[in-house]
Amino acid sequence: MAKKNQEVEQTTEKNENEISLRETAGLSQGQIIFRRFVRHRAAMFSLFSIVFIILFTYTASGIHLGSEKNPITVPGWWGHTIEEIDVAGANANLCENGIPGCPTLDILPSFIDGTGMQIGPHPFGQESLGTDYFALVMRGAEQSIMVMLVVGLLGVAIGTTIGAIAGFYGGWVDAILMRVTDLFLVTPTLIIGAVIGFRFGNAGVFPLAIMIGVFSWMGLARFVRTEFLSLREREFVDAARVAGASNARIIFKHILPNAIGIIIVAGTLLLSGSILLESALSYLGFGVQSPDVSLGLLISHYQDTFTVSPWLFFWPGFFIITIALCINFIGDGLRDAFDPRQKRRITKKDREQAKAAAKAGA
Amino acid sequence: MFAYIVRRLGMMMVVVFGASFMAYNLEAYSSDPLAELQQSTAPNKQYLIERLTRDLMLDVPPPIRYFNWLKGLVAGLWGQFDLGMTRDKHSVAEYIGAAIPTTFRLVIGSTVLAIVIGITIGMVTAIRQYSRFDYSMTFVAFLLFSLPVFWVAVLLKEYLAIQFNDFLLDPHMTWPYIIAFSLFAGLLWASIIGGERRRFYAVFVGVFVGNAILLEVLSLTSWFIQPGLGIAGVAVFGGVIAVAVTQISTGLDDKKALYASLITAGLVVAAYYPLQLVMNDKASLLTVIALFAGVLVAAGAVGYFITKIDRRAIMRTAMLTGFLAMIPVVVDRFMQEFGAYYKSDAINGRPIPTMGQANQLLTPEQAHNFWINSLDGFTHVFLPTVALTLISFAGYVRFSRGSLLEVLNMDYIRTARAKGLTERTVIVRHALRNAMLPLTTILVNDFAGVIGGAIITESIFGWKGMGSLFNQAIGSYDLNLFMGVFIISSFLTVLANLVADLLFGVMDPRIRIRK
Repeated sequence: MAKKNQEVEQTTEKNENEISLRETAGLSQGQIIFRRFVRHRAAMFSLFSIVFIILFTYTASGIHLGSEKNPITVPGWWGHTIEEIDVAGANANLCENGIPGCPTLDILPSFIDGTGMQIGPHPFGQESLGTDYFALVMRGAEQSIMVMLVVGLLGVAIGTTIGAIAGFYGGWVDAILMRVTDLFLVTPTLIIGAVIGFRFGNAGVFPLAIMIGVFSWMGLARFVRTEFLSLREREFVDAARVAGASNARIIFKHILPNAIGIIIVAGTLLLSGSILLESALSYLGFGVQSPDVSLGLLISHYQDTFTVSPWLFFWPGFFIITIALCINFIGDGLRDAFDPRQKRRITKKDREQAKAAAKAGA
Repeated sequence: MFAYIVRRLGMMMVVVFGASFMAYNLEAYSSDPLAELQQSTAPNKQYLIERLTRDLMLDVPPPIRYFNWLKGLVAGLWGQFDLGMTRDKHSVAEYIGAAIPTTFRLVIGSTVLAIVIGITIGMVTAIRQYSRFDYSMTFVAFLLFSLPVFWVAVLLKEYLAIQFNDFLLDPHMTWPYIIAFSLFAGLLWASIIGGERRRFYAVFVGVFVGNAILLEVLSLTSWFIQPGLGIAGVAVFGGVIAVAVTQISTGLDDKKALYASLITAGLVVAAYYPLQLVMNDKASLLTVIALFAGVLVAAGAVGYFITKIDRRAIMRTAMLTGFLAMIPVVVDRFMQEFGAYYKSDAINGRPIPTMGQANQLLTPEQAHNFWINSLDGFTHVFLPTVALTLISFAGYVRFSRGSLLEVLNMDYIRTARAKGLTERTVIVRHALRNAMLPLTTILVNDFAGVIGGAIITESIFGWKGMGSLFNQAIGSYDLNLFMGVFIISSFLTVLANLVADLLFGVMDPRIRIRK
């Protein structure tokens, strides 16, 4: 009996290995990773959501760059702007508890609450002065996403460069660069963020984003350095060197493609961290300053009116959470996809398919 | 080893020196304390500007001024520690000395809770990989991971504190709430215990019914405003703790260990009434600590005398049981005080505050009573602790899950199973210990990030700790105060890193610290 069990187990394991081998046969590394990522349902769903959110936000609100004096503006499709004041309109649109500026968005169909689905003129309601809240949230999301992307790009660029140089050259270059990294690392990000935010928040969102980015590359640099330290000892690097490749060629053509997984994964985590950091700074009043708008700033403005008009508090939070959640899931999917040890879960369906294929082959 | 520590400390000094130089100049150049005065219309404006310039040495360029500040810090080496004065002419060192315990009080509970809950759930999800529990916990962890703490805090204030206080006015749980709570509890326990479908449903139904009955009884007896465990509650908890601890620590097959734990728990229950006399109004924190120490000694003695074989493991089990079984006794003592606390003028029937760190209205008599004073501390720290725990335990779930999964895939685990060891031994003895190793790193790093996190939490809940000092420093361009907070937090970070490395070297024999 025991022997039979063992046999069954062995054959199952063999079958499982065959299933995963057959799937990857004849594919390049990139294709395998891509396939693994596509199979991660939560990550794919998040990827589509985040692309949708970004496109939706940017087309609705338009693009706002530059400082107050010389703004660069591309208008969006949403009819209201954040400068609009319409107290009378808000007062005309009372909620059941008598609060002006009630949201007109209704996602429940008429057979549940009898009013029918509609978007209405002010889907997210209006704030106390009658400014359309949908426009405010869209502008906030636009700015927050911009900060997030700039911080992420800068962090990845600086972190990769420093980590790659330190890891590849080693010796005193490594020692100096890593001490510099430590130097930035001993300061909590929020403290540095607050100092620069307090100063650069007035200058506009873009300079603030750049300054935060300059101070958020340290974790990534450490990851990249460790990866480079181990990769540079590998045979393919020796082979490239013997073939006469220059240092730059070895770094960019041979080592970097092998370290790209770690960079992408750490980069996504940096993105979700930075949207939370930006909103925290803005909430404390050290980040984006009024009249600019950001999601954290909106929350800090309307948290006191939470009991009477909760929608003013919920919507910006909803966007922060959705964006951060999607990015975290994408990061998780990427990590699984890049991890060579990651075995795919073999489902019943796979086994049956493999069996059927084996039968057909026989 | 000694040389290594000295070298690391030396390097630490250099890094802290560099970082503080950078921070000093960054803050000095980015803030202008004179800006406010220059716009004022006071007749003695010129004089005020001159005085402020002299006081803050604004005529000295920041890189040089930094060394003047550093002088005070270095003087700490021979005991003349001086972090300078704040702008309202107080000693920075005194401010910080008062703020550190507050911040510590704010974060210690949530840190411990997050670690315990996070690691437990992480381990369970790893053991039940790809189960429904695993998937739902993964989702919850990611969701909590993505929550801004200030957003959660506002929700908690409204839905936890205010509505709970309202609930206490008429402490009867309505049926929808009871059913919802019981459903949640049933699902949770059934998923954690797992097993075949029949066992799953049996556990679910059992917990659901038990929980519903318990809540209804508690409602009917107004337990929520007159809480207490009584000797019966202490006995139930003691028994469950004894069995659970034995199961995890040595396995229930070890009869001697089980008896030792049960005897220990029995001793604690037997001591319930005598302990009430010890824990009187004049008791203090020392009393409680002495009680716990006494229980540990007694439990150790029980373990020692009950057997000669495998003494260490059995003593460990008994001591752990004793420690944990003692907690309900102390909690019960606090609960006995709650009724009076709840009715007192200072509380006025709303025990969970949304702001502040202590109730200023307590009478001196109440404030000097250890039990009431601590209870007041608990109610104030309750909301921040819940908020911080929610935010930070997700990280531990993810990390411990990944760590345990990695270990469970290793060859030596397969060997252990092949030897015929029980699943408990494989997981607790072989896998868990190695899976915990990398956790020390994030644990220590979390500790180092305490001040950064305190900045937001203290601002939301109106506490006066390091975070609020920092906010004050930035808001009022107070360079000395800013540097005070900065230097503490950066010292904490480098120290934490050093401790992490040393701990790692002690715990993991594969890692040798370079001489």
